[in-house]
Amino acid sequence: MGTVKCIRSPKDLEKLREEIKSKRKPSKSSVSVCVSTGCVALDASKVKEAFIAELEKQGLKDQVEIKETGCLGFCEQGPRVTIYPEEICYFKVKPEDAPEIVSKSILEKKVVERLLYKDPATGKGVQKLEDIPFYKYQRRLLLENNAKIDPKNIEDYIALGGYSALAKVLFEMTPEQVVEEVKKSKLRGRGGGGFPTGLKWETTRNAPGEPKYVIVNCDEGDPGAFMDRSLMEGNPHSVLEGLIIGAYAIGANEGFVYVREEYPIAVENISTAIRQAEEYGLLGEDIIGSSLSLRVKVHKGAGAFVSGESSALMTAIEGKVGEPRPKYVHTAVKGLWDKPSLLNNVKTWASIPLIVLKGAEWFRSIGTQGNSGTMIFSLVGKVNNTGLVEVPMGITLRDLIFKIGGGIRDGKKFKAVQIGGPSGGFIPEQHLDIPVDYDELVKVGSMMGSGGMVVMDEDTCMVDVARYFVDFLLEESCGKCIPCREGLRVLSSILSDICAGKGKSEDIQTTEEIAETMREALLCALGRTAANPVLTSLKYFRDEWEQHIIEKRCPANVCKALIDFYINPEKCQACLLCLKECPAGAIQGDKDQVHWIDQEKCIKCGTCYEICNFQAVKKLSGEPIPPPPKGMKPIRKLKGEN
Amino acid sequence: MKKVITLQIDDKEVKAEEGITILEAAQHAGVEIPTLCWYEGLEPYGACRFCSVEIEKRGRAQVVASCCYPAEEGLKVKTRSPKIVKIRKIIIELAATSAGEDVSSKMRALASEYNADLSRFRSKAPLSPTKCILCGLCVRRCIEANWESAIGFIGRGIYRCIALFPEKAGLCSTCSYCRDVCPTGRTCSTFGPRPPFPRVDDVLAGRK
Ligand SMILES: Cc1cc2nc3c(=O)[nH]c(=O)nc-3n(C[C@H](O)[C@H](O)[C@H](O)COP(=O)(O)O)c2cc1C
Ligand code: SF4
Ligand code: SF4
Ligand code: FES
Repeated sequence: MGTVKCIRSPKDLEKLREEIKSKRKPSKSSVSVCVSTGCVALDASKVKEAFIAELEKQGLKDQVEIKETGCLGFCEQGPRVTIYPEEICYFKVKPEDAPEIVSKSILEKKVVERLLYKDPATGKGVQKLEDIPFYKYQRRLLLENNAKIDPKNIEDYIALGGYSALAKVLFEMTPEQVVEEVKKSKLRGRGGGGFPTGLKWETTRNAPGEPKYVIVNCDEGDPGAFMDRSLMEGNPHSVLEGLIIGAYAIGANEGFVYVREEYPIAVENISTAIRQAEEYGLLGEDIIGSSLSLRVKVHKGAGAFVSGESSALMTAIEGKVGEPRPKYVHTAVKGLWDKPSLLNNVKTWASIPLIVLKGAEWFRSIGTQGNSGTMIFSLVGKVNNTGLVEVPMGITLRDLIFKIGGGIRDGKKFKAVQIGGPSGGFIPEQHLDIPVDYDELVKVGSMMGSGGMVVMDEDTCMVDVARYFVDFLLEESCGKCIPCREGLRVLSSILSDICAGKGKSEDIQTTEEIAETMREALLCALGRTAANPVLTSLKYFRDEWEQHIIEKRCPANVCKALIDFYINPEKCQACLLCLKECPAGAIQGDKDQVHWIDQEKCIKCGTCYEICNFQAVKKLSGEPIPPPPKGMKPIRKLKGEN
Repeated sequence: MKKVITLQIDDKEVKAEEGITILEAAQHAGVEIPTLCWYEGLEPYGACRFCSVEIEKRGRAQVVASCCYPAEEGLKVKTRSPKIVKIRKIIIELAATSAGEDVSSKMRALASEYNADLSRFRSKAPLSPTKCILCGLCVRRCIEANWESAIGFIGRGIYRCIALFPEKAGLCSTCSYCRDVCPTGRTCSTFGPRPPFPRVDDVLAGRK
């Protein structure tokens, strides 16, 4: 700890920053290990232990620092370890790799080739993060510091310039100027709606009523999304600094950080950050010696997806069941306990210090007109590279999926991408060149939402996947509104009938009628967007619906009731594998005899399809199954064998 | 004195006190807007969406629930546009899904007014439909009558249902206000895979 601890003036802050920096030698080696949820799930803690043990063993404990840092987004390649100052990034590191990395990279300053990320295009190992294709096209404003900071150590954040935006705001700007700057930056809310942030701040500032509140929305109920979690885990002070600036701008003395209960590391790190900021005089009474006071509490939320909606979230903080309120009054005017409340998403808050320090002009220079700054997506599904990506607004979907995501897995064809979480619409190939921004996505029937992005390939059935999301929302809607609750119930039932081959010709029209009613008439955005997957599936893939309903076939070979498994006698090598593994005992045949499937017994579990080494098992849909061979038929050997 | 504002409801100039809802303004002006979850004197709830109307504000059209939306100066409201009629038809058909065959006469009348087919989605209904449409009137009435809720919602999504909280039900024998407000004619409990509480029906019936 520095000699200055309780910061009473901007000078104190600068002095402390200098002290921290002078204590740290930039040439000192350090090992940074990601300890975010993704990497920890892949045993990053054991990797860290192994490094500690190895450094001890080699007598390097005092020369080399071990840093626990946040997520860099390429989680499928975890655990990630970076060696500084050379900035060598290793992926998929195992505990047993620690001795080699310490001896080679730290002592001899050499690179351990085999642990580098291999560029699939060139086959070569890549040492620096920014040269990996996954990172090359990103613009990491918010996530950049995740790898450099130990989120549990406020001094790391301060060393990199942290809290200087707060000092600037408190001592060089009036609250009105702060609001004006945020307005000028054209920042739009990253929680999904894209509401202009500056405007919301102004409304809250001007709304009558005391006290006012500032609130962080880290509910992130969207399955598969983890951008807010990563920021909260990896760089909690950036969110907190934004929040304090917001409190100054609108005149609030109380703040809440709403974090979902399932995010224990995020809860822990933001709680630690709050405590440390208080110790350092950056939060609490007379912040940095100014007249601003702010108390921030962490609220652990346990609600459904819908609890992330602004009024539901505030109801939950009040201690009631988190359901959207029916009032047509913005929470900026009447929010928490009916007082003006400024709620922003984690990413929105974290953008604020950057805007204050570097200016609205600079922020607007990133992205497109009307959509400035960056957005973080969680890219998942059938792409080669999955993970968190931060890109400037306006990047095309094609670049995102093919350059950063590395294209579709296994050389398959792209079919659709769903953006915006469970109620986002599916976007087909023909719209891949649209720029990713709030307005363009809505035009094609989708939305920015929370930034979830699921890529689907030719093996995805668009009816089945629409059914999946309806079923998800069915349980996540609060159930209050009749058209939402009953609409989803009926849609789910219609869709499962269609997937089961029981679709009727009028189903498409019924689906459209219900979906339209939901979109128009519902109370909250969950209900109003819930039919997006269904509507876009119908809009862009109507032929697939018709094939299911009229021809009773599933062109993607997904819907179990509409497909049959069949063994191609030309390819079968009579290896007995499927025959032994079939749980229903449906496979007939013998050694050296072509196998065939008894359709009466087949339960369509797909085991044979998965395990056949010769791709002899086929899925058929809407075509007759060739009859089984009469009696036993000897196999034909593969070409090239005798 | 409250400010008086002027708005347009179905081509009719209507004057209203600031702070009331579109629904109330319409009622004062003699324009009828049908409702399912609204009841005079109880807090508006916005759940059935049956009172939906189209409004035009700064040139933009929007569908809102009139029982919750405030009457605003210069607002143009259409209470029976083709779009609204279509929405109401679907809503009453959807409401009938879980309500079962034995729907109330009020719902039956509304259905014939809007040409709705109450059995349209019957095959999609839960296994044991009840009459309850989860309008929440009973819950609000209970809070109002007793300061505390002996009945409330449990579960979410399609598992939402009305339950009686037995430890708070001491007053039920003398009160039963909730039964007077239920639009389906009888306070009743509902389906759902997890009814850990006794059925309101049974409890009320037992006390008669
Ligand atoms: C069903 C539903 C879920 C939502 N979930 C979240 C969420 O998890 N995180 C979030 O920041 N916003 C969520 N929102 C958006 C919030 O209502 C609100 O608009 C947002 O937090 C405001 O912050 P922003 O202006 O920074 O975007 C959700 C909205 C709806 C309708
Ligand atoms: S639209 Fe759906 S999720 Fe939203 S308040 Fe109504 S029932 Fe709840
Ligand atoms: S029991 Fe009756 S009053 Fe209560 S929610 Fe159900 S329909 Fe409404
Ligand atoms: S009466 Fe307005 S929503 Fe039910």
